[in-house]
Amino acid sequence: MSYLEYNLKTVPTGFKKVLALNWPIIFLLIIISSIGFAMLYSVSGGVIERWAQPQMQRFFVGMIILFIVAMVPSWFWRNISFITYILGVSLLFSVELFGVKGMGAQRWLDFGFFRLQPSELMKITLVLVLAAYYDWLPQKRTSQPIWVTIPLIMIALPAFLVLRQPDLGTTLLLIIGGGAVMFLAGVHWAYFITIISSGLSLGFAVFQSRGSTWQLLKDYQYNRIDTFLDPSRDPLGTGYHITQAKIALGSGGWTGRGFMQGTQSRLNFLPEKHTDFIFTTISEEFGFVGSITLLTLYLAVLFFCTLSGLSNKDRFASLLTLGIGSTFFLFFAINMAMVMGLVPVVGVPLPLVSYGGSAMLVLLLGFGLMQSAHVHRPQSK
Amino acid sequence: MKSTSKINSKYTKQLSRRALLLGGMQLSMIAALGLRMRFLQINEAEKYHLLAEENRINVRLLPPSRGLIFDRDGRPIAENLPNYRIGLIREDTDDVEDILIKLQNLIYIRPKDLTKARKELSRVSSFVPVTLAENLSWTDFAKVAANAPALQGVFTDVGLTRIYAQNENLAHVVGYVGPVSDHYLKQIEDPDPLLQIPRFQVGKTGVEAQMESKLRGSAGLQRVEVNSAGRIIRELERIEGDPGTPTQLTIDSKIQNYALARLGNLSASAVVIDCSSGDVLAVGSSPSFDPNLFVTGISSKKYNALRDDVFGPLRAKAVQGTYAPASTFKMITALAALEAGVLKPDDEIICPGHLEVSNNKFHCWKAHGPMSLEDAIIQSCDVFFYSVGQKVGIDRISNMARRFGLGVKHDLPLSAISRGVAPTREWKKKSFEKNWLLGDTVNASIGQGFVLASPLQLAVMAARLGTGQAVQPRLIQNMNNVNISQEANKKLDVNPDHLALVQKAMFGVTNTKAGTAYSRRIETSRFRMSGKTGTAQVRRITAAEREQGVISNEDLPWQQRDHALFVNYAPADNPKVAVAVVVEHGGGGSSVAAPIGRDITLFALTGKLPNLNHYPKKLRREIQLEQENIVPKLIDWTSPKVKKPTKA
Repeated sequence: MSYLEYNLKTVPTGFKKVLALNWPIIFLLIIISSIGFAMLYSVSGGVIERWAQPQMQRFFVGMIILFIVAMVPSWFWRNISFITYILGVSLLFSVELFGVKGMGAQRWLDFGFFRLQPSELMKITLVLVLAAYYDWLPQKRTSQPIWVTIPLIMIALPAFLVLRQPDLGTTLLLIIGGGAVMFLAGVHWAYFITIISSGLSLGFAVFQSRGSTWQLLKDYQYNRIDTFLDPSRDPLGTGYHITQAKIALGSGGWTGRGFMQGTQSRLNFLPEKHTDFIFTTISEEFGFVGSITLLTLYLAVLFFCTLSGLSNKDRFASLLTLGIGSTFFLFFAINMAMVMGLVPVVGVPLPLVSYGGSAMLVLLLGFGLMQSAHVHRPQSK
Repeated sequence: MKSTSKINSKYTKQLSRRALLLGGMQLSMIAALGLRMRFLQINEAEKYHLLAEENRINVRLLPPSRGLIFDRDGRPIAENLPNYRIGLIREDTDDVEDILIKLQNLIYIRPKDLTKARKELSRVSSFVPVTLAENLSWTDFAKVAANAPALQGVFTDVGLTRIYAQNENLAHVVGYVGPVSDHYLKQIEDPDPLLQIPRFQVGKTGVEAQMESKLRGSAGLQRVEVNSAGRIIRELERIEGDPGTPTQLTIDSKIQNYALARLGNLSASAVVIDCSSGDVLAVGSSPSFDPNLFVTGISSKKYNALRDDVFGPLRAKAVQGTYAPASTFKMITALAALEAGVLKPDDEIICPGHLEVSNNKFHCWKAHGPMSLEDAIIQSCDVFFYSVGQKVGIDRISNMARRFGLGVKHDLPLSAISRGVAPTREWKKKSFEKNWLLGDTVNASIGQGFVLASPLQLAVMAARLGTGQAVQPRLIQNMNNVNISQEANKKLDVNPDHLALVQKAMFGVTNTKAGTAYSRRIETSRFRMSGKTGTAQVRRITAAEREQGVISNEDLPWQQRDHALFVNYAPADNPKVAVAVVVEHGGGGSSVAAPIGRDITLFALTGKLPNLNHYPKKLRREIQLEQENIVPKLIDWTSPKVKKPTKA
């Protein structure tokens, strides 16, 4: 189905496009980001310039991007998807070559005025290109081995490059996010079972390789896994993150200690309190009520996204919308599970709340694409 | 087209199915997250709340200020003076070395302190204050404070440090404080948490050590909120501790000062006791040292010099040193014999200059001829006591010695108080696994051989001889302004007639022409003293040497010379003070120790440098010269440092 088949008359044009936007999601994004601003203000100890203000500026820029992207017809994005994918992979290669080192990892490209984290961009680009791929691929070929291998390579290439940085969190996000699109596209069950079981064997190999000459992960990644399995083993060393995060969460109780009253974050017991571990501050200051509210807000975003994706008759638009929803889900689910000690600490930010430019802009770009798909969906006759 | 749409709708349905399946999985994971939240935040809330509090709150100890120590007139002995310190916080400065150079241009910092501070700066967290220099003068401190804006990261603060205002004067009495050693911490069970505070100081010797539990006080508490790095954010609660108990000693600093000055450069000691109360007015050992050196940390060079000095400045000879009491012991032998009835007051014994006992020849210092007990004490005849001692036996002699405080440990809060020795047969058997010999008794009867006594014990003996009371020495007058009551002295269980005879003889020693210390007499009748000289031999004089003539003290190496001793009480008719003086290897008791004892006695009675009128006329010129030498060594009691605080 090419864009020429669209009944242009039924697709909204001009100002009507704005009305056709999926407004519930936009409102939810604003609410969640506002919670983020408040929390950044709180963890900075009341210094708005420190984190909250730059975050607001980025959100503002991100919202503009969202609207621009949403106004452009989705078929345009589909047609340039492969180019963006190639661009994204090239950027990842550049990081490998010229990237800036930070926190023991090579993740950024420094453009002087802006530090870009290409791995963040890749999360959306990958979903975009896979959605386009399955839109292009005749559906009966979906489960044929050769046509399954191609998207697998498309996922594996950036995943491998990101793993080299090293960034385990983004790698997982790319693999699971890409896998989700493949799953939605209808790839046969057998492939998933094969991939998952081989993934488990790989995990086994990862542990077997530890300490040998062909060690697959960095030492700190092994440490994180060890610590996850038993945080009390080293409460002041690598287990510190998890132990302190749990203390912060648990001490929140039902309603929390109140805004700006969290002792764990204010007294610096929480590391990375403004980035990956910001959820602990929310839980500490607003308690169970606060954390479940945030979870519900995320769930609502996911719900409206899924609803939009299901109701979209365009295969590309539908896959794109559901894929972006899944990526969004992976963001908050992995982050929350990680700070609550359910999975190892892998370095995934809390979407729209954690301090960080690339993640914020990329997420809003993703929702821009989703909105574009929503606005330009084929209308029922 | 129909089939295409059919296929299309088939795939659309598949997509919807898969999307719902994925959505279901996502939903169940979200549910799992919600349950986990519930578990952590509701079920486990209390546990984590406690852990958070533990994280947040830190309890710190506030060291109490140490109890002050005064003398009997309220003159400060040990005080806590402001300790002007400067330090550096690394994170507040850009360039530590630059600041250190600037600081050195401003004030002098000992290179030792600087190296120590540099080491500490490189070790501790950047926000931890590191002390650069302590005990600065006010001018240096003010200079740094005034230049603070130019000295990034440098801070000034005032702590408390122990100061011994009288320096050397009371070193052996008050002792000194120093940092807690690890060794000490390990020894005690359940140590006071205060001891763990870095740089916390405890008493190491003397009163400071013995009264440690009272002087230390108890710690205050400060509950503070800290961040993860341990930096204090704010104070939550503060409970002040109890300061240490102020302690007043019985010491009279002036007498102590004079006694030390009078002892001069000799290796000697002197003890002055108040005869009625037992108050120790002075207990001096010479040479002394400055306890302040130990508070700030003594250099090993200085310490070694003190330790290796043959005169032993670190030893509190007055209580720790034990010496053969020699002739000062003769009163004990005399009383033992009188009480036992083996000697009548007017019995006479002829002294041919020596006495043969079990084939050994025991010598007297001259052939005295016929001697009564009184003559024998006045002229210090040895043969008289050789013969009397054999009749009484060692056990009765020692028993009498203990009644007069010899061979008994006096309970004063001082370090290493010696018990001395009042020997008995069993004691020798136990200590040397040898039987007691008659010769031992003969030696002991003139205070040689096994008999050993400390100057403190000799002073107690003199006080008891003078008063007939069991005078008990004491050093602490009051604690926290509450007087330390002491039981009234009991009367000694000695026949008063016998005691009066001995007292009369002691009066004779210093006031009759035949007396060994007649030339050291006090002329003024109301201050006249009764005393006894002693010359303790520290080497064996062989028969061969005796034939050729005994080598005089001046020709012997210092360590082989006799100890000079003198004990006395005064005024003779109504004893107020008792004094004992021991000059190690000083020579004759009458020539060396007696003049010192006389001068200290006069000072203690008159409270000032003795007036020349109290001395025999022909000695006045000599004594005047001597006094001129002593005056510069005396403390100026009008200086604010040692001045008695006027009561508010």
